[in-house]
Amino acid sequence: MNHGQNISVNGDPREVPVGCSLERLLCLLDLQNRRVAVAINRGIVPRARYAASIIEDGDRIEILEAVGGG
Amino acid sequence: MSSSYRFGDYEFSSRLIIGTGKYESFEQNLACVEASGAEMVTVALRRVNFDREKGPLLLDFIKPDRFTILPNTAGCYTVKDAVTTAHLGRELLDTKLIKLEVIGDDRTLFPDVAGTLEAAKILLDDGFVVLPYINDDPVACQRLEAMGCPAVMPLAAPIGSGLGVRNPTNLRIILETVEVPVIVDAGVGTASDAALAMELGATAVLMNTAIAHAKDPLAMAKAMRLGVEAGRLAYEAGRMPRRLYASASSPLDQIASF
Repeated sequence: MNHGQNISVNGDPREVPVGCSLERLLCLLDLQNRRVAVAINRGIVPRARYAASIIEDGDRIEILEAVGGG
Repeated sequence: MSSSYRFGDYEFSSRLIIGTGKYESFEQNLACVEASGAEMVTVALRRVNFDREKGPLLLDFIKPDRFTILPNTAGCYTVKDAVTTAHLGRELLDTKLIKLEVIGDDRTLFPDVAGTLEAAKILLDDGFVVLPYINDDPVACQRLEAMGCPAVMPLAAPIGSGLGVRNPTNLRIILETVEVPVIVDAGVGTASDAALAMELGATAVLMNTAIAHAKDPLAMAKAMRLGVEAGRLAYEAGRMPRRLYASASSPLDQIASF
């Protein structure tokens, strides 16, 4: 777990351990109970696949939520 | 109460759809949604803001079990971004509904018509119920209908401009051209604008800023509800023909001679 991977989350650089799942990342970000939707490198990750999705070095992750809009 | 309308598997009795942007608070937003009578409410999709203090979220107030949530692709300037955003909206809200916006210009926020048509095709093939925001362009509306969009959403005026229905004749042509519901989306400024759109025969009106940026948003939400209802009723009632000269309302015979 010492070898960090450099990824970006919502445009900001972050480091996550090798083998980190998307589910774990969402926990680290304190988003586990929040209604969000996630794309990794433009690919949408369904909620059911959060645990099985392993983050890789260089991944660009976008985590979105619903906000006010017209 | 005027009659309900439907598209696809959806049926609504309120002909007013409102946005959730630009309100001072979620409380104010919810109060306005309630006062407007809207059953369908639009939301945008944005990055989770990690810097913001943890607090209540939009959907804690505008609850998806109470309102039909219509996610939009606002802010998307490319087909690719709009399609990706639509998919994220579906994942987030478990809905097939998408208010498709492919914006062509950041000053007017006018739609990119070619991009909107392309994205609509992709999303319809992906099983979405696509409600496209589009110019008041009868041909574009016709193309979107032919593609399978269950409603079209021509603008009254630029988003957030409050200019009202700038081209009522084009709206009339659109209403005569397509058979699917026509939802006038964007540009309404006050209740008479909404009433005019409805009197022309629009199926429904979608607005955000006209309520959120009124001096008293709650009062304007009520005014919009009444404006939309009055306009619809007037449309259903059928207006009298216009004539150039007067036609006396009081009898012309038995007039006294003094």
